[in-house]
Amino acid sequence: MTARAQPLIVGAGPAGVRAAETLVKAGLRPLVVDEAPACGGQIYRQRLVADERSSTALYGSEASKAERLHSNFAALAGRLDYWPQALLWNLRDGRADIAVAGTNRQIAYDGLILATGATDRILPIPGWTLPGVFTLGGAQIALKAQGCAIGSRVVFLGSGPLLYLVAWQYLKAGVDVAAVLDTAPFNAKLNLLRGLALEPAVILRGMRMTAELRLRGVALHYGVEDVRVEGGRRVEAIMWRQGTRSRKLSCDGIGYGLALRSETQLADLAGCHFRFDQRDRAWLPERDAGGRGSVPGVYLAGDGAAIAGGDAAELAGERAGLALLEDRGLPHDPERAEVIGRALSRIGRFRDILEAAFPFPAHWAKDIADETPVCRCEEISAGEVRGAVGHFEISELNRLKAVSRIGMGRCQGRICGSAAAEILAGETGRGIDAVGRLRSQAPVKPIPLALTMAETGVKAAE
Amino acid sequence: MSRRLDVDVAIIGGGLVGSSAALALRGMGMSVALLDKGFCGAQASGVNYGGVRRQGRPLEQLPLSQRAHGIWPRLQALIGIDGEFLRSGHLKLARDEADMAALEAYAEAVAGQGLGLELIGHNGLRERFGWVGGDVFGASFCAGDGHANPRLVSTGFASAARRAGVHVLENTPVKGVTRNGAGFALEAGDDLSLSARFVINSAGAWADSFAAAFGESVPLARIYPSMVVTEPLEAIMTANIGMEGGGIYARQVERGNCVVGGERALPLDDPDFSRPRGEGALAIMNRAAELFPGLRHAHAIRFWSGTEGAIPDRNPVIGPSLTTPGLIHAFGFTGAGFQIAPGVGEVLAELVRDGRSTTPIDAFTIGRFAPVPISTRTDRGSGAGEASEPQHPRETRS
Ligand SMILES: Cc1cc2nc3c(=O)[nH]c(=O)nc-3n(C[C@H](O)[C@H](O)[C@H](O)COP(=O)(O)OP(=O)(O)OC[C@H]3O[C@@H](n4cnc5c(N)ncnc54)[C@H](O)[C@@H]3O)c2cc1C
Ligand SMILES: Cc1cc2nc3c(=O)[nH]c(=O)nc-3n(C[C@H](O)[C@H](O)[C@H](O)COP(=O)(O)OP(=O)(O)OC[C@H]3O[C@@H](n4cnc5c(N)ncnc54)[C@H](O)[C@@H]3O)c2cc1C
Repeated sequence: MTARAQPLIVGAGPAGVRAAETLVKAGLRPLVVDEAPACGGQIYRQRLVADERSSTALYGSEASKAERLHSNFAALAGRLDYWPQALLWNLRDGRADIAVAGTNRQIAYDGLILATGATDRILPIPGWTLPGVFTLGGAQIALKAQGCAIGSRVVFLGSGPLLYLVAWQYLKAGVDVAAVLDTAPFNAKLNLLRGLALEPAVILRGMRMTAELRLRGVALHYGVEDVRVEGGRRVEAIMWRQGTRSRKLSCDGIGYGLALRSETQLADLAGCHFRFDQRDRAWLPERDAGGRGSVPGVYLAGDGAAIAGGDAAELAGERAGLALLEDRGLPHDPERAEVIGRALSRIGRFRDILEAAFPFPAHWAKDIADETPVCRCEEISAGEVRGAVGHFEISELNRLKAVSRIGMGRCQGRICGSAAAEILAGETGRGIDAVGRLRSQAPVKPIPLALTMAETGVKAAE
Repeated sequence: MSRRLDVDVAIIGGGLVGSSAALALRGMGMSVALLDKGFCGAQASGVNYGGVRRQGRPLEQLPLSQRAHGIWPRLQALIGIDGEFLRSGHLKLARDEADMAALEAYAEAVAGQGLGLELIGHNGLRERFGWVGGDVFGASFCAGDGHANPRLVSTGFASAARRAGVHVLENTPVKGVTRNGAGFALEAGDDLSLSARFVINSAGAWADSFAAAFGESVPLARIYPSMVVTEPLEAIMTANIGMEGGGIYARQVERGNCVVGGERALPLDDPDFSRPRGEGALAIMNRAAELFPGLRHAHAIRFWSGTEGAIPDRNPVIGPSLTTPGLIHAFGFTGAGFQIAPGVGEVLAELVRDGRSTTPIDAFTIGRFAPVPISTRTDRGSGAGEASEPQHPRETRS
């Protein structure tokens, strides 16, 4: 009998680490690849070089979870293969192309767990491409991994739990936080009271952070609209409207984000079916309760499958691992799977509440000024997008990409794709679900032309 | 409830061939329906490499190719956009003496056809095209050739046709065509019944089934050329590059991205779709980095491929059906239909109006194939097994 190839796990964040641990415990030897230099993913991202900061300083209330995740993964060493700083850029028929240290390694896998996480979601606003404007996640990474702030007087703008979290982390790090501009009206936040029963710790933590921000004199503004960033060579000020009142604040850094969007390109390349998810306003890969995608042997876990946060990612990673074991006919723990299922559905109900408290300002799309850049890779403005829709009578997102170049640049639509979809939906008077989704293409991120092929070719099965 | 439509000409397939024919026919005052199973210009015509070249074509294609050559600079007037058409010249490289001899033989064979080919030796190449590195022996330059943006051109022809009054029916697959009385009856989409005096079969890689339905079998295979595009770079390439015998082709668009091709993709389970092979794309990337020093540190940002119909003798089928009056075929462009398509559109319109074309097309008759037994049709090769795409065929040596 020939041995089966290794299972492959993409992502060493909370979801990927728990999936790996589950497989290792069952005696399998997975290969884990991650672009980052160390495990932890986004939420438990490790610093690039050691500094004096304690893990509480880095991860706040989540410090113990972070430490546990890091040390649990370290303890698996020797029982799995782990390639850090490795970009998986192409998938096909049980083979993956992975760029690592300037060479390409093609490996055969048997069982694929995608735990690819998320990136920030944004809608373009005037001035968003000025130096000094970062996404909320980017602002946080600068602080967590590099130990530096994006400015000395910083404004945080947007929606979603990260808005207050990152503002609070900056405050704790001693940065002057000038204001938090929330795009939702204050009464949307009252929804959070409904969440108290489900996830009291999370809600209380959020309330504490908000209270601390206020106590330390940070202005919190709700129902912010018509935002524009001003500056010559870099950010100098931010302007917005609240009701009928226009306001302006000077600052030299802005963290901006409208919650997160799942990183689904690899699921697409793996051939998974997608369905439209109203809550996330996105096309997401279908999966069953165990995380099984529509393609046999492909499993989806964590924020890459649907936005649900770090705790859910850990649970979903473990759950996907159990599903893989079950599908291979190996011993697995069905009771544990049930416990996880119940926990995940509770978090799912909580997500509904969060969504109501941090609604996505979809109506902004129609107000994006024509001269505002939407795609910064290919330098395409909202007016050019609208012009292409009109001239070619476009009704579908991939056709829009073909004629306008939107989503064709380095980021392949990861940054501009959701905005382009919203604009197209607005221009054609259709629902966001009706305009379709960008088909993914390899390489999922840029790779060097001079990337050389590893000599070994397909790695022998374990 | 079913919809009915009565037109002079029904065109199956809204690629560049079908949509340019639609526009030309409309210009002659005919009523036209242009039907596509998906979006017009979303197949080969909209996803190709964008080479607008006459150089290297089989001799029989040159009159038609010259006719198209006259149309390309008039796109703005014709379809309202210039399609990013750029007369950059097409530089065809020779790796060795044998390649160079082939280029010389070709230049001699086409002398007098108006291509204006210029043979360039190693030193001349270094002087004029210093951005070409690698071990290149010499080249042949066709100054009048160039490149364009296929995504815009093909979509642009279909939109112009629509503005001119063509019934452009997208997401409307033609499911059946039958001859009835003086014309044809077509069933399309969920509920469309169409009657037409003429039918043009320009269904690209899918056209053989329509030919077969009228008793004409064609050895049409599928090929999937595979493309790589780099991030935007400063201006490096001043010409569209090809290579004698195939291997690599490359161009740089105004925005700065370099498009590089030369390998074949693999079909997915649904053979209408394909995806570049990782190792194929890497091979072409490495080759580009070696041949163009300016690309050595560049990144590839995207791959793509497309589905194209190919015929063994590398010439398309263009002309009237030999079994069915009123039916006209135009397909099988074998990796080189982009440049020629606007000319083909005009020829098809002439065939409908006058029953003959002012440009010679006899070489492209469907009658040139020996009947193919139906039973062997299913295992015809996809062509994808071939490692490299012979866009610039060695046959030009003869
Ligand atoms: C920038 C950012 C900061 C965040 N900060 C917080 C926070 O502080 N608190 C909080 O509660 N939530 C935070 N979130 C949300 C958070 O990401 C999650 O809830 C949690 O990290 C999800 O875990 P995961 O395992 O699903 O994905 P992640 O933690 O995102 O891990 C995914 C991993 O996959 C790797 N990866 C993805 N694609 C590839 C590829 N093609 N090749 C190789 N590797 C790949 C990535 O490098 C990454 O390490 C943040 C999100 C982002 C985007
Ligand atoms: C990747 C690639 C690179 C290429 N590079 C070049 C190049 O550089 N230069 C060059 O000259 N040529 C090039 N070519 C070739 C060129 O693109 C084609 O020869 C040309 O576009 C063919 O045009 P067409 O209209 O015949 O086919 P298509 O554009 O494929 O159009 C056929 C249409 O028919 C439709 N159709 C099919 N079946 C049905 C049905 N049942 N009902 C309704 N509609 C139907 C399809 O949806 C399709 O839109 C390349 C091709 C590819 C794929």
